[in-house]
Amino acid sequence: MVIIGAGECGGRAALAIRDLGYDGPVTLVGDEPHPPYERPPLSKDAMTGEAPSIKAIATDALFAERAIRHIHSVRAVAIDRVAHTVQLSDGSSLPYDKLLLATGSVPRQLPMPGLGSRCVYLRTFSDALAIRAHLSAGNRVAIIGGGFIGLELAASARKLGAAVTVIEAQPRILMRGVPAEIADIIHKAHEAEGVSIRTGQGLAAIADDGNEVAITLTDGQKIDADLAVIGIGAVPVTALAAETGLAIDNGIAVDEHLRTADPDVFAAGDCCSFPLAIYGGRRVRLEAWRNAQEQGALAARNMLDADEAHAAVPWFWSDQYGLTLQIAGLSDEGKSIVRRDLDDGAFILFHLAEDGRLVAASGIGPGNAVARDIRLAEMLIAKRAKPAPEALGSQAVKLKSLLAA
Amino acid sequence: MSDWVEACAAGDIDEEDVIRFDHAGRTFAIYRSPDDEYFATDGLCTHEKVHLADGLVMDDIIECPKHNGRFNYKTGDARGAPVCVNLKTYPVKIDAGKVLIQIG
Repeated sequence: MVIIGAGECGGRAALAIRDLGYDGPVTLVGDEPHPPYERPPLSKDAMTGEAPSIKAIATDALFAERAIRHIHSVRAVAIDRVAHTVQLSDGSSLPYDKLLLATGSVPRQLPMPGLGSRCVYLRTFSDALAIRAHLSAGNRVAIIGGGFIGLELAASARKLGAAVTVIEAQPRILMRGVPAEIADIIHKAHEAEGVSIRTGQGLAAIADDGNEVAITLTDGQKIDADLAVIGIGAVPVTALAAETGLAIDNGIAVDEHLRTADPDVFAAGDCCSFPLAIYGGRRVRLEAWRNAQEQGALAARNMLDADEAHAAVPWFWSDQYGLTLQIAGLSDEGKSIVRRDLDDGAFILFHLAEDGRLVAASGIGPGNAVARDIRLAEMLIAKRAKPAPEALGSQAVKLKSLLAA
Repeated sequence: MSDWVEACAAGDIDEEDVIRFDHAGRTFAIYRSPDDEYFATDGLCTHEKVHLADGLVMDDIIECPKHNGRFNYKTGDARGAPVCVNLKTYPVKIDAGKVLIQIG
């Protein structure tokens, strides 16, 4: 069993293969020097914590104990599907019976001239350390892109006392996947914390002299910053799969078992697109921590012939200041919205399809105020339930009672 | 080791639910199972120190509200990623309608 990519997905897959009792060789190949680690803290605690450290999914010692070989700081450069081998950047070659591509995604590059050493992206722990070095009080940080990475970084930078400007080309922040009502709460929270948000603004020019970045917006405004962090999305890492002739469709295309057209090659996590059964087989690609974890484990089962279809409901969260947002399901599947107010200003928006089926739930509130109801909503979505809108909208009706119905 | 502490009234917790109980600088989670038994564990998830009392109880499982780490609250056993360290549990008894836990 060979796994390419030693992130959340690959690391979980390696452990799961052993948990399932497989006793042949398991090899995990990753290009970072670290053991697999959790990426969500990179924009949050790794920025603001006292001494940032990697939150490892598995230590070298655990891998040794589980007889998992982790080849680090090495890249897979080619796959020979006929010979069943993977060529590595150190010149060696690995034979495989089953191969998992868990190559993840990388930040989308800003296609503009003028970028230099003060224009950076966030994906790895070393990226996080480099950004952190510039987030001290008094420094000016420009964040290009009002998505989750950018906004979480903005919150962390404010906590450290940096001056922050967020630039978003769309008319509002979090345009993709987050309802306007919730994006508005987050927008206001940032402004209350002193972040300047410029929406509807493209970039006319960037000039980075290695010490300072001068940004000109499409309306002519100028922003000078000590650091520009670019967070404009991620693209799946598919080159290796494409070169070996596997189909690419917004990611490495796999079926509901996470299998490519080659029965011995699987793909999971950020790098793959797969059909989501709960939305009629709609093909999606998810860039989310829990998906990486679940698909890593599912791929492991199917590499060992479980033949199990993906059935999980998409879910993700974001923490900014004291607020937590959680979304279960894909809200763009909804045609109408029912709002449920909870304590402390928290609320949940339930997204219903035309036929009344619950297809998504988006919640925001202080701390973990929405967590329990979002989790129950996720179960209702998985059950394809059609709960009465009045029940969803009333805090007096426990969501758990709707599950039994 | 006979330091029983009153946590709450038995009726303060719904069936198949959990509440938070803070005592002497520590935090606990007190559970009432679907078959009306009471249990207690440490209050914070072993993954990222999140209060479990905000989580969901289903049967004998408590699920962390943050990242869905699951534990059997009767035994403290961690039930898969991302949690790998078990929860500490505490003896519980009901006395005159009060829930008491033994904090060792």
